[in-house]
Amino acid sequence: MTVAIVGVGHTSFQSTTPDISFKEQMFEAAVKAYEDAGVNPRKDIASFLTAAEDYYEGYSIFDEFVPDQLGAVLRSVCTIGGDGLLALINGVMQIETGLFDVVAIEAHSKASDILTFPGIVTHGLDPIYNRAFNVHPYFVAGLEMRRYLHETGTTREQCAAVVVKNKQNALSNPSAAYAAKMTMDDVMNSEFVSDPLTRRDISPLADGVIVMVLASEEKAKDLSDDPVWLKGVGWCSDTPWIESRTWSTAEYARLAAERAYKMAGIKNPQKQIAFAEVDDWFSYKELQHIEALGLCENGEAGKLLEQGNFSRNGKLPVNVSGGRIGAGNLLEASALQSVLECVLQLQGRAGTRQLKDAETAVAQSWRGVPTATGCVAVLSSEL
Amino acid sequence: MNVKRRVAVVGAGITLFRRRLKETGKELSYLAANAALESAGMTMDDIDCVVMGTAPDAFDGIHMKADNLLDGAGATRKPYSRVYVGGGTGVFSPIGGWWHVASGLFDTCLVVAEEKMSPCIPHPQTAFRTIWDPIITRPLNPNLVWIFALEMNRYMKTYNIPKEHIAMVAVKNKGNALDHPSAQLAAKITVEDVLNSETMVWPVQRLDISPPSDGAAALVLTSEDVARKFTDAPVWIDGVGWSLDSAYWTNRDLCFPQYVAEAAKMAYKMAKITDPPKEVDFAEPYDPFTYKELHHMEGLLLAKKGEAPQLTADGVTQRDGDLPICPSGGLLGVGNPIAAAGLMKCCEMFWQLRNEAGKRQVSGAETGVAQAWGDLMQVGTVTVFRR
Amino acid sequence: MSEKVKDLRGTRLSAADLESKDTITFRGRPNAKYAWSAGIAYTKYLEELKNGRIVGRRCRQCDRVLVPPRMFCEQCFRATDEWVYIKGTGKINTYSISYLDADANRIKTPILVAVVDLDGASPGIGILHKLGNVDIEKIHVGMPVQAVWKPANERKGSVTDILYFEPIKEK
Repeated sequence: MTVAIVGVGHTSFQSTTPDISFKEQMFEAAVKAYEDAGVNPRKDIASFLTAAEDYYEGYSIFDEFVPDQLGAVLRSVCTIGGDGLLALINGVMQIETGLFDVVAIEAHSKASDILTFPGIVTHGLDPIYNRAFNVHPYFVAGLEMRRYLHETGTTREQCAAVVVKNKQNALSNPSAAYAAKMTMDDVMNSEFVSDPLTRRDISPLADGVIVMVLASEEKAKDLSDDPVWLKGVGWCSDTPWIESRTWSTAEYARLAAERAYKMAGIKNPQKQIAFAEVDDWFSYKELQHIEALGLCENGEAGKLLEQGNFSRNGKLPVNVSGGRIGAGNLLEASALQSVLECVLQLQGRAGTRQLKDAETAVAQSWRGVPTATGCVAVLSSEL
Repeated sequence: MNVKRRVAVVGAGITLFRRRLKETGKELSYLAANAALESAGMTMDDIDCVVMGTAPDAFDGIHMKADNLLDGAGATRKPYSRVYVGGGTGVFSPIGGWWHVASGLFDTCLVVAEEKMSPCIPHPQTAFRTIWDPIITRPLNPNLVWIFALEMNRYMKTYNIPKEHIAMVAVKNKGNALDHPSAQLAAKITVEDVLNSETMVWPVQRLDISPPSDGAAALVLTSEDVARKFTDAPVWIDGVGWSLDSAYWTNRDLCFPQYVAEAAKMAYKMAKITDPPKEVDFAEPYDPFTYKELHHMEGLLLAKKGEAPQLTADGVTQRDGDLPICPSGGLLGVGNPIAAAGLMKCCEMFWQLRNEAGKRQVSGAETGVAQAWGDLMQVGTVTVFRR
Repeated sequence: MSEKVKDLRGTRLSAADLESKDTITFRGRPNAKYAWSAGIAYTKYLEELKNGRIVGRRCRQCDRVLVPPRMFCEQCFRATDEWVYIKGTGKINTYSISYLDADANRIKTPILVAVVDLDGASPGIGILHKLGNVDIEKIHVGMPVQAVWKPANERKGSVTDILYFEPIKEK
């Protein structure tokens, strides 16, 4: 597979953006991405993909409102009902067919427009079996976290350490919405939402738009001095029945990683991967996902994290960007935020949080409650 | 443009289309998927990945509904994507499946399209309340049919089209559907019946409109090598195209669907078709309303601007005419479970090109074109199938 | 359907089936509420509607005046340049007579709907609105119409601050 990311553009991530519409935010991110790639969308980009879900937007058929502000009118445009990384992967496949040379990917969050977020998440539960309880939908995460802690021996403190780390990392990310100097006590003493899950274990919602430009090998070399290559991609959905899942391990992420690693020729991820950006919608999810990606043994992530293994200066830094917890939960766009961080790091553009000698990275996503769906991409500065 | 791999269709299946079916969305997906696998002589173990096509979540009443439907579509623990372009989704879903296989990442892909419109009460139309811009359009309290009536009027006025010619589309398609076992609204009717039917949103009358429906459809796609292992009669996806116009539909001339023309040109270029009326043997353009079939024939470059109604009046588009249009019975006859209805058109091409369409069979069918349309009258999706 | 397939899949329910207790349904209404940010362009548009004026944006590159206004030109893919006030008059581009309300219920008094190409905007640049104070038989494409506004103290910054468009009496 020989597709590269040749341009990225994004808005800053903010807790609320009442003064500007999603269209105006998309326009800003798109202009920046096209400038970064050195392309004119009206001439050079053949296809555009957006990641969106109608209920997050408050529109049915949100696809309608996409083309104008992306420079995509009367071009091949579609929506992927998935996260930003799934949109990116579909863009990669489009290029791989030979049909297109240059493709743009967009993902966004305008979460501050949603007044009833728990109501929306509840509407994702199975209407017949799971919706009647009249309880905050994050009970699903509470159930999963309990089982994960129980089976692996991971502690609540270790989950809290994820929050402290990611908020701390976000202090060096000027785009992040929720950077903070937080203590373990701050997290441990926050109120329970669904025991053992506390308020601070949950990533706070933010607004933001990310646009990326992908190109075929030939075109990428033409457009960019430092393209970031997609070496492997994988995606997977586990059962939608929450009652019959393997709660302790993130099977969707393990299977997606298996596929992506195989494609990328990664046999020993702990050695071959320099850093990772993983989904941390909830604190424990980061640990579960680190294990699913094979970046440590099952059940070891909490302990290793406490020991600093996944810190910015650790052996295998995880979520240097701050992740959803520090940079903000951008809904479907957080998956692209993970890719964005990989791109900036691999191109040496990560400012004060720049890692040294990083050549290969992994980005991983999860779509949130109640899904067991996610993607993995392996990225490298080397072809 | 140099497409790497040829992609085949080796199986197709659909459910009944009805105003209300007892099965849930998952169950409908399962019934269609299984029918397609059976027709291909395959099981789910032969399938590498799944693509889902389904229109607004507001019908089923489930946020992220593709994630809820996935086990019905056989996607548990498999790579699974939902592709979405509003009403254009049905014909777009095999395009999504096409790039999964043509990219070389997968050898087989199951494409499922599901729509369960009946859960939405008081009427599926209620879901369409939320398709509008909330700031500049929703305060006017619009009904979806408004915009189609506005487009129909503009089309009729621009080309001076008599309503009788438009009504003939309903007569033809409902008649064709008499031979389609899944059909919801097959009927023998006359032009007078259409013209005398209740005026809903002038100039749109009751018999100009396709019904809301429940239903599902599925296709099995494979690479060329795999296709040869399972069948002697693969059907090839030789052209794909899609295009989306501006969201500001009041800023466009509605008399011609430019977005369909762009999508068609893309698909024809890939299929190396230079003279569509001559090289296309039959077509399944999107017909949720009578006039749309005509509008879309023109968008597909199968008729000159404003001339599709006359071709219809001359009988050219009958099943035994020179250019059969909607031999399946279309949405007007078979029904309109949105995404499933679009994929039904691709299923019809598969059966026609395999000479399996029974009483609906058009003679000498070698190249077919299917098309769907959606969003705010702004998206065109086109596939060219060959035997 | 293929002639090779003999069985039809799916179980039809009638309206009566749904009303009977034998068919189980689970009823629910989503708790989905939003406060959509109008943004820069629409905020100005709504504010000016409250003032009884229609405002658009000009793109100097393609020299089009866009209504409703937007901060970017979709054709040139660049930021639009300036606010332009548009007259409240125009011509009917296309129209329709609706006997259905938004939930598809039949209504006796039809709603008259039109796309009105506004004077002062670029050709073909229209807005969706209603017609009023007009004889249904006389409505036609190309008919000159003008906006009828709510009284100033009742306007609240909405597209409904224009009540409807009515025919301009020919002099």
